Amino acid sequence: MNVASVGVPTVTHAAVDPSTLAAKVSIDHLDFFYGEAKALKDISMPLYEKKVTAFIGPSGCGKSTLLRVLNRMYDLYPNQRAEGKVSFDGEDILSPKQDLNLLRARIGMVFQKPTPFPMSIYENIAFGIRLYEKLPKSELEGRVEHSLRRAALWEEVKDKLAANGLSLSGGQQQRLCIARTVAVRPEVILFDEPCSALDPISTAKIEELIDELKEDYTIVIVTHNMQQAARVSDFTAFMYLGQLIEFDSTSRIFTSPKERSTQDYITGRFG
Amino acid sequence: MSVMPDTYPARRRRNGIAVGLAYAATIVGLGWLVLILGVLLWQGFSGLSLKVFTEMTPPPGADGGLLNPILGSLVLTVIAVVIGTPIGILAGTYMAEYGRHDRLTSVVRFINDILLSAPSIVIGLFVYEIMVYPMGHFSGWAGAVALALLVIPVVVRTTEDMLVLVPNPLREAAASIGLPRSLMIMRIAYRAARAGMITGVLLAIARISGETAPLLFTALNNQFWSTNLNAPIASLPVVIFQFALSPYADWQKLAWTGALIITFTVLALSIIARALAATGKQS
Repeated sequence: MNVASVGVPTVTHAAVDPSTLAAKVSIDHLDFFYGEAKALKDISMPLYEKKVTAFIGPSGCGKSTLLRVLNRMYDLYPNQRAEGKVSFDGEDILSPKQDLNLLRARIGMVFQKPTPFPMSIYENIAFGIRLYEKLPKSELEGRVEHSLRRAALWEEVKDKLAANGLSLSGGQQQRLCIARTVAVRPEVILFDEPCSALDPISTAKIEELIDELKEDYTIVIVTHNMQQAARVSDFTAFMYLGQLIEFDSTSRIFTSPKERSTQDYITGRFG
Repeated sequence: MSVMPDTYPARRRRNGIAVGLAYAATIVGLGWLVLILGVLLWQGFSGLSLKVFTEMTPPPGADGGLLNPILGSLVLTVIAVVIGTPIGILAGTYMAEYGRHDRLTSVVRFINDILLSAPSIVIGLFVYEIMVYPMGHFSGWAGAVALALLVIPVVVRTTEDMLVLVPNPLREAAASIGLPRSLMIMRIAYRAARAGMITGVLLAIARISGETAPLLFTALNNQFWSTNLNAPIASLPVVIFQFALSPYADWQKLAWTGALIITFTVLALSIIARALAATGKQS
């Protein structure tokens, strides 16, 4: 079917042929439970290396839950469990033997609300680096600068690195959080509605950033904003009521979805 | 206003009465505080001199000051805080960070709340039974332990409350860069909750600096300069208690002065605690 005429968001990235891509992460028959309630039902999909994958769907469909399985953030809370298999470079991250701190250093996360640590801008970045590497001061400073540049924040903060991270504006705080994530040198970055608390200008900056970051990182983004999914992602997964309804290249999802409910959602008829 | 509903004047009247009652209650409540401070200043201020801080408690009829009880109170308070604060912070940390959803935490919280409101004389009797009686004499250590038992529940409560206020996204952010929980607590959560936790310790100091009952059974009193914690030690509240009940006018005067010193120390601590809490909220 063709829905291009109904005012769907414009897709930026051309369709990619998945057969040429390597899956960085493979989700395989994944179920997720909050206590007794099943929140994810039999999810299977790949996350391709150095591509942006967007999770879309109405509130409560499980897209954030799925994201939080990927770095096992749910482990912080009791009574939440995942069943199935999620392999990351061939390793099952759901295995009880998985070292969670190492996993989270390799799979970073940026949250909905900016969450700078209650310390200086410099320390916000250096803190994470020091956890895993013992660097001489000059090298550490270089890494901090590089991370801030990578997050397009360096020019704005280079003269006030000692200022508290909380003194920055919301958009700057979010870029600080991206810099903090990048500084640890992860392989995958998870974005959980990273722009929903930001103004349009900050949103545009973050989106631009995501576009640059995918040269080096595999990126997953949860978003409520269909235009955003269309603008930044190469692949899109549409979820509804805990199920993966459709997974395809973004251009196909937004121009010729296979499922009726996908089409209804992206054209704004429900959700 | 173009439309005046019929019920409006009556509602205004009721509002006026309620606001009037609220003001009256505030004035009555604050009035007593002002009265207490006024009487304390009236009775105690004239006795305030350098001697109070440099001389020992006198025998009746002689000149003297409050140096030994001031020193004793300081020593007892410091030791009580040193013993009580780490225990309180560790317990509060367990409750907020590790066992937030555990049954043990609700049990501990319940017991802690009982301890928080336990009459301090009971604490005094308890420490008498476990320390003074076996040791065969009153001592500074027993007094400090009794006060520490009063510090612990206050610090447990404020530590837990303040850590629970630290938003979960901050914990998740720390976890998301691979920070182990122990480091997250020490480097992130404590930092975010610092002002509130310090406030808790200050409030605990304010609470114990006026306690008399637990010291009567433990540290007792000492007429002389003593820093020996294995012997009875003087403290301001106990000296006030003893001197105020005495028939000697100069002892009574010193009791007023001591009461003034304690009250304003506690007042100052409370103000500092408030100011800290306020700056904590801003950042």
